[in-house]
Amino acid sequence: MVDLPRRSLLAGIAALGASACAKINDSEAAGSLFEAAEDGHRVLHRALAGKQGLAREFTPDQRSPTFRGNGSVTVADPFYQDQLAKGFPDWKLEVRGLVEKPLALGLGDLKVLPQRTQITRHDCVEGWSAIGEWQGVQLGALLDAAKVQESAKFIVFRCADTLYGRDYYESIDMVDAYHPQTIIAHSLNGEPLPEKNGAPLRMRIERQLGYKQAKYVKAIEAVTSFDQIGQGGGGFWEDVAGYQWYAGV
Amino acid sequence: MATKHALSTRLWHWVNAVAIIVLFMTGLNISNAHRHLYWGHYGFDPNEAWLHVIRFPGWATIPGHYNLALARDWHITMAWPFGLGVLFIWVVMLWNGHFRRNLTTAPRDWTPGAVIASLKAHSGGGANGGGHAHGYNPVQKILYGGVFGVLLPMMLLTGLAISPGVAGFAPWLVDVFGGRQSARSLHFIAAWGIFGFFVIHILLALTDWRLILEMFTGGKRADEAPPAPQPDPVPAADEGAPAHG
Repeated sequence: MVDLPRRSLLAGIAALGASACAKINDSEAAGSLFEAAEDGHRVLHRALAGKQGLAREFTPDQRSPTFRGNGSVTVADPFYQDQLAKGFPDWKLEVRGLVEKPLALGLGDLKVLPQRTQITRHDCVEGWSAIGEWQGVQLGALLDAAKVQESAKFIVFRCADTLYGRDYYESIDMVDAYHPQTIIAHSLNGEPLPEKNGAPLRMRIERQLGYKQAKYVKAIEAVTSFDQIGQGGGGFWEDVAGYQWYAGV
Repeated sequence: MATKHALSTRLWHWVNAVAIIVLFMTGLNISNAHRHLYWGHYGFDPNEAWLHVIRFPGWATIPGHYNLALARDWHITMAWPFGLGVLFIWVVMLWNGHFRRNLTTAPRDWTPGAVIASLKAHSGGGANGGGHAHGYNPVQKILYGGVFGVLLPMMLLTGLAISPGVAGFAPWLVDVFGGRQSARSLHFIAAWGIFGFFVIHILLALTDWRLILEMFTGGKRADEAPPAPQPDPVPAADEGAPAHG
């Protein structure tokens, strides 16, 4: 990864209102305790819910009147803006990494695949919630189509947006990748995704918090480890602010 | 068992004290992330909030500046000793009679007269004064009962209901509170309820430093020192008929 000048990183963090200092000062003992708790929560949730246990789905009348956009709500990239204006005719979603058949799919290709529609609640780490209807393709189906290799342990989502000068990315393990509600969504409430909600494609990983729901997805990458990606935290906020990689709590 | 406070009570008391202080102060930090509370399943628009919360200053939060990631790490880690502790103390209280003896109330405990008598007794000469050699007066029973029966379980259950991972396997828990945003609001309200109890509890404990010491040592049961009235609430055998046939 490209290491950013420290000053811009600190400016970014200051702008964010979060402090990296506390994370640095954080003692190793507390750090390993927190990691143990994070692992414990993941294992316990999976044991109690089952790997395929579904998040609650709502009825159309339970949706929130609008759906808040948060984090990146626009993408500066000129190619993105051009595509947005035209309805993303040339946008390609790559499926790559540890796959036998790398794919590059346009929006039209995705829309002819079997679709899943789900009305779910989106929970932000900050505390707020919104409810919307998402439509898209199950990630598991795409991974099967690309013949993901046995050695793949994580799926990384590469995004078009940048925050504080860094590319946004996220990652999940294979259990969540093959969860029935894990979809790559192209529609929200029956309309193509608005820019603030991640047009043209965003992830839905319904049993975790909002920062896992990568927006503006360009590529899906199967990897054995995310240690060498970004700062190794497994996601933008994990790297920048020390958020938990397992965001089920 | 000559101690006023059982070992289990004392252990739980101090573990819980540390846990709720950390949970409360990290909770204030987390509250600063989105300072609006809602009812129902969703809520993100401050215009629809039922309460706008102040920004809690650094001296009141852990860590002492806004850091959502670290505050959450502490919060959900300390939730374990807190949650297991609540389960533990309930099992122990039911087992050793602490609940039946000290926390169950009768209708007469809820009358204004009982409340006034309790307050008079309490201000009359320390916690052991006023003729209450052992056991709790009606006001204490109601307050402690409210904390153990309502506030502590509510903190635990609303906290669980906020977690999207828990909602994945226990959606009924979210529905019990009327939705995730309602659970979040109730979590906030119960936290301040516990804070209120905490303040009263500390102020009263400070009226007699021996009370605090006894929470470490266990203290002596007052009914073992001077001859005290029988704590047995059932009608005594001398009221007439022989106790056994």
